[in-house]
Amino acid sequence: MDFKEKVIQQLNSQFPEMKLETTDFRGDFCIKFSPDNLLMICEFLKNNDQLKFLLCEDITAIDWASRTNRFTMVYHLFSLKNKFRLRLKTDVDDSTTSIESVSSIWRTANWQEREVYDMYGINFLNHPDLRRMYMPEEFEYHPLRKEFPVMGIPGSLPLPKK
Amino acid sequence: MEKLTKNDVHPKIVQALLGADTTFTVEDALDNEMILNMGPQHPATHGVLRLLLRLDGETVIACVPELGYLHRGYEKMAENMGYLDFIPHTDRLDYLSPPANNVAYALAVEKLAGIEVPKRAQYIRMMMCELSRIASHLVAVGALAMDVGALTVFLWTLREREKVLDMYDVICGARFTTSYTRIGGVAQDLQKSTIIEIQKFIDELEKSLEEVERLLNSNRIFIERLEDIGVISYDDAIDFGLTGPSLRGSGVDFDLRRDASYLYYNEVEFKVPVYYEGDCLARYFVRMDEIRESAKIVTQVLDKLPSGEIMANNPKKVLPRKTEIYTKMEELIHDFMLVNFGINPPVGDIYQAVENPKGELGFYIVSKGEGHPWKLKIRSPSFVNIQSIPHMTKGYMVSDVVAIIGSIDPVMGEADK
Amino acid sequence: MGLEAKLQQDGFFTTTIDAIISWARKSSVWPMPMGISCCAIEMMAVGDPKYDIARFGSEVMRFTPRQSDLMIVAGTVTYKMSHVVKKIYDQMPDPKWVIAMGACTSSGGMYRSYSVVQGIDQFLPVDVYLAGCPPRPDNLLNALMQVQEKIGRTKARDFQDLPQPDFTKQY
Ligand code: SF4
Repeated sequence: MDFKEKVIQQLNSQFPEMKLETTDFRGDFCIKFSPDNLLMICEFLKNNDQLKFLLCEDITAIDWASRTNRFTMVYHLFSLKNKFRLRLKTDVDDSTTSIESVSSIWRTANWQEREVYDMYGINFLNHPDLRRMYMPEEFEYHPLRKEFPVMGIPGSLPLPKK
Repeated sequence: MEKLTKNDVHPKIVQALLGADTTFTVEDALDNEMILNMGPQHPATHGVLRLLLRLDGETVIACVPELGYLHRGYEKMAENMGYLDFIPHTDRLDYLSPPANNVAYALAVEKLAGIEVPKRAQYIRMMMCELSRIASHLVAVGALAMDVGALTVFLWTLREREKVLDMYDVICGARFTTSYTRIGGVAQDLQKSTIIEIQKFIDELEKSLEEVERLLNSNRIFIERLEDIGVISYDDAIDFGLTGPSLRGSGVDFDLRRDASYLYYNEVEFKVPVYYEGDCLARYFVRMDEIRESAKIVTQVLDKLPSGEIMANNPKKVLPRKTEIYTKMEELIHDFMLVNFGINPPVGDIYQAVENPKGELGFYIVSKGEGHPWKLKIRSPSFVNIQSIPHMTKGYMVSDVVAIIGSIDPVMGEADK
Repeated sequence: MGLEAKLQQDGFFTTTIDAIISWARKSSVWPMPMGISCCAIEMMAVGDPKYDIARFGSEVMRFTPRQSDLMIVAGTVTYKMSHVVKKIYDQMPDPKWVIAMGACTSSGGMYRSYSVVQGIDQFLPVDVYLAGCPPRPDNLLNALMQVQEKIGRTKARDFQDLPQPDFTKQY
């Protein structure tokens, strides 16, 4: 059986009432679900004996610049056992711009989420140490949001005196 | 040593350093404890990494890395430029192995746009990747040795690396920032004389490696400063998302070249060196072995190098040759369209990862069918690897911190993006 | 100056204090390698056996600003880093010179983005701008020679009235 079907089958048998959308573009397999289930699904994917997605490669967000469902979180997981890469997607709650942190499941998520917080201003609930990753702590904006200009906002970052 | 003042350290960083529940100001000296600021300008932090160390005597109790001193805004810039224009920027990500980054990016865009690349081009790319791995590991080993006090090795490995750079110079016309790949192929073809040159370098490499090893492997100071230092276990290494030599030094047998094969790595033979100790010494051994394996791959590639085109024949997506632009009408039009409107890949998103010298370099590109990416995320290995420094340094001495950073071999260009 | 030839002939020669002091000054420039990114690697290459900066009397790379005369700023200076660069520059004793190595440092280079300072001359006095991304090591040697030329034009008295660096100051 194809491993993609196996992932879906395992998820369906574990969480029968959950709605999962799957896409398959150029061999990249992606599952989309609602943010409430994030922690449950991640935990299951990591700990299930047959799936074993132990390596969390990458966490990022997409800003769609739209009024509703503006941000989407994207997770890339890799299963060392099955040599398979899986992408998870989930929309961020619009009213609070916040989502559960997965850093309790993969420790590597800690910094990745800090980066997303810095760049997009998405709040991670129950994150152990939510600080900015790159920009100075005093900086007020979130650079990767679509409304932020490439050249920045003049005066937002101070220069030393000559 | 400078005394830190409140203005230097943001209160939030102090909080992270001390654990969430202590209230503390930097000026208060605790009995035995002190805060040491290391970087961003420090010879042993490999660029502009800043570490804040909390020490008890000489033992590190806590460590907080501070990044962003080289944050250049790649991801934002990528959203505002065409797919072709971003190639030179990839050079400067991991600036110790520019061709490998070029290849990674080109592969990602080709996967997104669905471009078939001729076999000869792929082989040349493979060779470039391996040459850059050799160059990068040479610097890594040299710098590690320098950090623990063996300066000679650094000069020797740098001398070898110069030879690789000279070959880049002949192959791509630039010795450092190569920008060698194009979407759909590579910029220039290999000459016969270059192939002979490369083969000669590879043949001689083994001798210089032995020289280096003779200086290091039986050197008591070197061994003792690395053995059992910065140990990270199998499970922790995976949990922290380590990749590359740092992961393989902890006994995890994982190499994207073999496990998620790209280019034509399935057609060449190579071993994936794995060591089980998880300390700095293991990481050093992995690197040395990888240089040898890479040399083997280069030899095989040169033997098997197929003949044929080096650019894909796909006029809607791939830039035509310069000579043709000047002489043929159709090529001129294609060139105009490509440069002005971009290659417009279909709507969708892809993730392409390659095994870079530092670890897994991935590009996640979201396309809305326009000439520029809607989003381009760089999954940089150094960024993730640096995250494990606090875990590795805990309980070791200050002088070990230097060795640990050297053994992870971070490059801030890609860590800070 | 053809020193050896002179000494063989008469055993002495006449010169001005200015000439001899500026000659001494320019032939022992100690650089402070402010290596920030890619250009720093090329700066490292200048020290290796092939290019060998020691021929110009500048192999003494000092990682502490207190012992150096020339700051080579090699690499992209971001707004966050600019404060650090400035702080280190302030700690260098006078007289001091600055080379802006690479397109980034000179003008922002290819990084027209929110976090990169568009040219370090916005907060530092620069003596030599060095083109290239990265400049080849030979090019850096050329820049060093230009700085030496500039130093060679100084008079012995030029730096007499400069304030003493205040080492008690907390930077
Ligand atoms: S000028 Fe070019 S090589 Fe030098 S730091 Fe800037 S981007 Fe890097």
